[in-house]
Amino acid sequence: MADLSVRIGSLELRNPFLAASGCFGYGVEYARAFDLTTLGAVVTKGLFLNEREGHPPPRIVETPAGMLNAIGLQGIGVHRFVAEKMPELRRLGATVIVNVCGTTIEEYCEVSRILSDTEGVAALELNISCPNIKEGGIQFGCSLTGTYDVVSAVRRVTPLPIIPKLTPNVTDVASFARAAEEGGADAVSLVNTFLAMAIDVETRRPKLSNVLGGLSGPAIRPIAVRMVWECHQAVKLPIIGMGGIASARDALEFIIAGATAVQVGTANFVDPFVWRDLVAGVDDYLDRHGIARIRDLVGRLELPGQDHR
Amino acid sequence: MLVDLSAEVLSNTRLAPDYNVVAFAAPSIAQAARPGQFVMIRTSPGLDPLLRRPFSIFEHLRDADGRLVGFSILNKRVGAGTSKLYDVRPGDRLSVLGPLGRAFEPVHPPHEAWMVAGGVGLAPFASLAEALAQRGTTMTLFYGGRRAADIYCEDLFERLGVRLVVTTEDGSRGEPGRVTGPLKRALADRQRPTTIYACGPTPMMRAVADLGAEAGVPVFVSLEPVMGCGMGGCYSCVVPVRQDGGPSHLVRGCLDGPVFDASALDWARLEGVGH
Repeated sequence: MADLSVRIGSLELRNPFLAASGCFGYGVEYARAFDLTTLGAVVTKGLFLNEREGHPPPRIVETPAGMLNAIGLQGIGVHRFVAEKMPELRRLGATVIVNVCGTTIEEYCEVSRILSDTEGVAALELNISCPNIKEGGIQFGCSLTGTYDVVSAVRRVTPLPIIPKLTPNVTDVASFARAAEEGGADAVSLVNTFLAMAIDVETRRPKLSNVLGGLSGPAIRPIAVRMVWECHQAVKLPIIGMGGIASARDALEFIIAGATAVQVGTANFVDPFVWRDLVAGVDDYLDRHGIARIRDLVGRLELPGQDHR
Repeated sequence: MLVDLSAEVLSNTRLAPDYNVVAFAAPSIAQAARPGQFVMIRTSPGLDPLLRRPFSIFEHLRDADGRLVGFSILNKRVGAGTSKLYDVRPGDRLSVLGPLGRAFEPVHPPHEAWMVAGGVGLAPFASLAEALAQRGTTMTLFYGGRRAADIYCEDLFERLGVRLVVTTEDGSRGEPGRVTGPLKRALADRQRPTTIYACGPTPMMRAVADLGAEAGVPVFVSLEPVMGCGMGGCYSCVVPVRQDGGPSHLVRGCLDGPVFDASALDWARLEGVGH
């Protein structure tokens, strides 16, 4: 067995496979299926300070090799999460990264402060990229100064590793990774979903109640790989890559492009046991290529015309 | 125990145009599944359609010695996933995840059990009828469709001792009209304590819920919200539920359902979202 452990700032993960936020509930839902320590970490559903209802159904629709979602960040709020979910996650031994949401910088900071005082929270992923809500989130993630402001403000209130999650709905994602790095982030995760739309031509109605939704799944993977590669060239921060990963080969593509770890979302809906195959497949790849540690593969893209001796 | 199996298709029985029953070899799911629970079936190994589809466990299947060997599902061909399932062949293998969700609680005598099914809403009732028969509970199935071609599998229920009341909207089979007609009369004439179980189109279930509430009869419904994962991961399948008569809030249909106490549901909101 190769060494699959990776480091994200001060955070040591047993393997690079993380469950993506919004695709894995609060993690506890999956404990009846398998041991959560199979994963490098669980990234929880996004949490605001207070509970949120989210959008009315229909909230999802399938598209070619993908799906749109507009859940609207339904969630129980940070207080209930700490009281109701964290004890179970601690008991299960899961490595927990909490996805932090806010409508204001103050809210991001308050949620982050509460989680910093909670035993068992390993890191914070800052959701500045949800395409499905009007206020907060994306308004920070689509502005370089907004990204810097949120990250640097949260940096001042928490010792935990902070991982801004970047949106692909910008012209130059690498500049946002730089803004996050300047703000004091420990890593960046990307990509969130692509803003998209589907229409029922018979009724001429949008297929989602929110009209717009976020596209995920294999359809977005090549774009996500490109964006990870661009960020890898732009920043020194560890990158957590995601976007349509469904197999070990997909994960390897992100790692070779520069991702230290990867998140899996939509593929977990299709196969909640996908983690076994990811671990086994990557281990087999490293064996075949004589690579002892997954971290030695990060960003090792071979470009034509370069001397790789 | 929740498992994901590569389950062999044992048979594909066409009932009527667009309706079929698919039997799967899956002893572990059959043994664990209770009436009203569902499975998530991957209808294609590829990317189209991408997501699994939820199906109620229809029948528990047994071998000649009575051992549970698998289960069947009732399918109606309406979209990409259900079309794939309409065309499966014996020997095919499909990934089946389950059992999932909250089950029906079968009542015991002297309670009577009335099942109300609309079309493919018959799906959860074969296994429920079997569980009720084991308890010796007197059963009636009120079974409605648009036309005769929507009515099938009556023999299966008759074998289990279920009294059948069939209605069709066009009058081509049974009593003309909607299934709520005979249900209303039966509620007026009812002699014994009764529990109603319903599954079908949302307007039908709402009408049944209203009739049950007026008569003081508990109604449990099996909803069929659009699901992404079936595991509680995605929050796609939310259903508006009231606690203590207050405003409704959205809960996950896959975890808190698919079976709900009809009196706890916010039906106006549920119909508004087009389940």
